[in-house]
This record gives sequence, C-alpha cells and structure tokens, in this order.
Amino acid sequence: MAANTVLKVDGIDVYYKDFQALWGVSLEAPEGEIISVIGANGAGKSTLLNTIAGLMTPQVGTVEFLGESINNLSAHQAVARQIALVPEGRRIFPRLTVYENLVMGSYAPRARSHKDDNLRKVHNLFPRLEERSSQMANTLSGGEQQMLAIGRAMMSEPKLLLCDEISLGLAPVVIKDIYQRLRKINEEGITIVLVEQDIRQSLKVANRAYVMLEGRVVLEGKPAEMTEEQVKEAYFGI
Amino acid sequence: MQELAQPILNGILLGGLYALIAIGMSMMFGIVKLVNLAHGDMMILSSYLAMVFTAWLGINPFFTLVLTIPAMFIVGFLFQGFLINRVLGKAMEPPLLVAFGVSIILQNLLLTIFTPDARSIISSVATRSIVVTDYLSISVLYLVNFLTGLVVIGLLYLFFQKTYMGRAIRAASDDQVAAQLMGINTKRTYGFAMGIAMMTAAVAGMLVGMTFTFYPHTGPQYLIIAFGVVVIGGLGSIKGTFVGGFILAMAQLLGAHYFGPGYQLLSGYLVLLIVLALRPQGIFGSV
Repeated sequence: MAANTVLKVDGIDVYYKDFQALWGVSLEAPEGEIISVIGANGAGKSTLLNTIAGLMTPQVGTVEFLGESINNLSAHQAVARQIALVPEGRRIFPRLTVYENLVMGSYAPRARSHKDDNLRKVHNLFPRLEERSSQMANTLSGGEQQMLAIGRAMMSEPKLLLCDEISLGLAPVVIKDIYQRLRKINEEGITIVLVEQDIRQSLKVANRAYVMLEGRVVLEGKPAEMTEEQVKEAYFGI
Repeated sequence: MQELAQPILNGILLGGLYALIAIGMSMMFGIVKLVNLAHGDMMILSSYLAMVFTAWLGINPFFTLVLTIPAMFIVGFLFQGFLINRVLGKAMEPPLLVAFGVSIILQNLLLTIFTPDARSIISSVATRSIVVTDYLSISVLYLVNFLTGLVVIGLLYLFFQKTYMGRAIRAASDDQVAAQLMGINTKRTYGFAMGIAMMTAAVAGMLVGMTFTFYPHTGPQYLIIAFGVVVIGGLGSIKGTFVGGFILAMAQLLGAHYFGPGYQLLSGYLVLLIVLALRPQGIFGSV
C-alpha cells in the first residue's frame, strides 16, 4: 500500500513534571487505516493520545501530522488542523443539551461553516442523538453519552480521529454497536487511532496494532500475524 | 395594608437594579469559579466614567453607554487576560488576592483623580415620578433601572443560549479540557466572559450613579449587595440572580418600613442569614 502517512510519532518522551510517562514511543498511521494501541492501565496509552491531540507536549521526539510537525500546537489549534480526540471518560458537557454539545464540536471556523451538513451526517450515524436533541447531556445513558462524545468529535470534520477507551464501562452489545459505527466512520476515509484496555474488539477492527507496557511500545504488527501468546506476554510483561 | 404597597413596589423595582449589579459577579463565579472582589469597584469606575462623559459632552447619561460599555469590555478583557488568567487553576486564593489588589488600586486611583467628594450623575429623570393613587407613586428613575436590568439580563440570557461564544463559555465552565478539545481557546473565552461581565457593570454603574451618590470607596458596598443577591439566589444562575435581587431589596425596604431606615441594611442581612441557614446553596443553586 502506498497510502500517505497521516500521523507519524517519532521517538517521543513525555513527562508529567518529574515523572516520565512515555519513553521513545514511535507510531505510524497510514491514511484510512485503524490503528489500535493496547496495554494495561498506566501503560501510557492515554498520554500518547493526549500528546497527539495537543494537551501535552513531548520533551524529545516529534509528532507529525500530514508531514508537518505539530509538537507545539495546543489542543484548540490541533482541532483546527482536523485532529479530534474522543477523551477518556467521554467528557461531554453535562449542562448543555445534546444539540449544543454537537454544536460545540463544530466550533473551529472550517467546521462551523459546514455545521448543518455535519450535523446531518452525525444524526445518520447515531439516530438516537437526533431523538434526544433537546435533552440535557447528563440525562443520557452511558452508551448514548459515548455516542455523543464520538458524534461531537465528528462535528469537527476530523481527518484523524483519536478514541480513548470508548468501550469502558459499557455493555457488550453497546460496545459492538459502537464499533460498527466506528467502521462506518473509517469507511469514509477517516484515519482512526484506538486506545483500549479491552483487546478483543479493538484487535478485530485494527489494520495495525501496538502493545504498550510501562511507557514503551513493546510489540507492533498486524493483528493477524500476532499470536495470542505474544500479545499476552507483551501486555503483561511476563 | 395600603401603605405596604409603596415599599413592595419599590422593592421590586430596586430588585431589578440589584440583580443587574450582581449578574456580572454571579456569571464569573459560575464560569471561572472566580470571586471577583473588584466587581463593585469596577462598577463605580463605570459610574465615574459615565459622569465624566455626561459632563464633558453634555449628553444624556444613557448615551454615555455607547462609550462606557466598550471601554469596560476592554478593561474586563485585559483584567482577565493579563492578571486573573495567570493565577487561575492553581488554587482558590491567588485569583481572590489579585482581585482584592485590583480593588484597592482602583479605589485609590479614583481617590487621586476625583478627590473624596460625593458625586452623582445629574439627569432630568431623577426627580420625576408617576402618581398612581394617594398611597402609591412610581419613581421614574427606579422604573428605568428596573426595565434596564430586565433588558440587559434578558440579552445576556440570549447570548448564553444562542451564540457560539455564549455556548463556548458555558462549555468551558462545564469542562475546560473538553472545551479545548472542541477547538475553544479557553483562556480567551474567559477574557470575553469577563469583558461581558464588565459590560453589565458599565450599565449598572451608570444607573447607580444616577440613583445614588457615590464616592471612590463606594465599590465594596455594592460588592456586598452583589454577594447578598447571589447567595440568596444561587451562584451562577440567571434566574436566581433576579429572585435574589427582589428578595434582598424587598427585605431591606420592608425592614426600613417597619423598623425605621436605620434597620434597612440589617433586615437585608437577616434575610441573607436565614437563607444561608435553610438553603446554603441558594434558592436556585445546584450544588
């Protein structure tokens, strides 16, 4: 495949004050693929996504998006470049209505001018959100809130969608449902980086997988070519 | 019974003004969790500005709003952007101290420029009133205060409900990180919010300047009124600010009516204490 590289993370070290969370992490996401990053709690997966989304800055190494360094972009600038993050814990705006939550997703100028089109697309993808338009977001069920968080990210017209633990705390049926929608999003050519603790679903949809352990990438490759033994070993570090 | 009509009517009208005085402070607490101790002084600064423009240009005080509203927006934007934003998110105390410092600086600046003399904004509506019955007359100025408060707070409500910036301010107050992920520059948004809060202070300052006399040190007096209103009504709630304004003003005027003018402030604060004891989050407060 000669696809363009949308995202290229090259040897980044990221710190929380004195604590080093990432050690020389590298990752590549070709256009239109789903990349899965798995690992136990505290492996640095969220830190990696937050760094790509501009919430944190790497001390060493570079993050490139469509061939340009985005190391020093802050989060609100990254959104304008069409990178969207569905954050861990969903982080919807509880005191805004479902509609207003979606509208906030189109805050960036480019997305704002296509607000109505994008809203229609999101409603097609998640019809439930249209039914609940005028409800306060905190009255939604967990699965609906996750749909809202994804829908809200889609309102910014992303080329790269970062998803942090979207199956956390949801029932298996709901997880299956949400993964189906993710596939649909991906079919439109949007590159997706998934972070999960739950291996099964995310490996099934991924074109390429990275296993992280204690802030490092310890295994990477095509999911089909990884044996269960290898993944387990890398995941638990035994 | 009939003699109660006058204090009750005045209470309602004055409540509208109190709500307008408080709305900017309530709003900033709701959004940034900032207790703006300089709110009263910012309002008195607006009173002085309105007074100066009225005297210089020889125009109706209402027309000075064309100048004072944008001026106070800029003051608020810079106040938030250069001072408050720097110390935000560390703890509750640093922003409080910065606001307190600005309050002292403003008072002394006004003292230096305008001397400690009592001032007021002269306008023709100040002395007019509409006689309704033998027992009831409506002060035109109080009516103007009330209606202006209603319009300003109504506009503010629409701004928060219908515009991108208004929604972004609410989103940022719900979840700052998520707001950044939507492309919202939250620090700039806070600057805008403070600018808008100061726009309401500009209007309140002009009305207060026409209704009462003011000195460089009058600010804290109105800060305390604003506190009373938001504590009674519930911090950060627009509806609550209105109700809080009515209750505080009504308590003051009825207290003055029954026990004499000396008890006006005391009866207001007694009601405040009662609300604090029964419903510490305020009537419309959530948490």
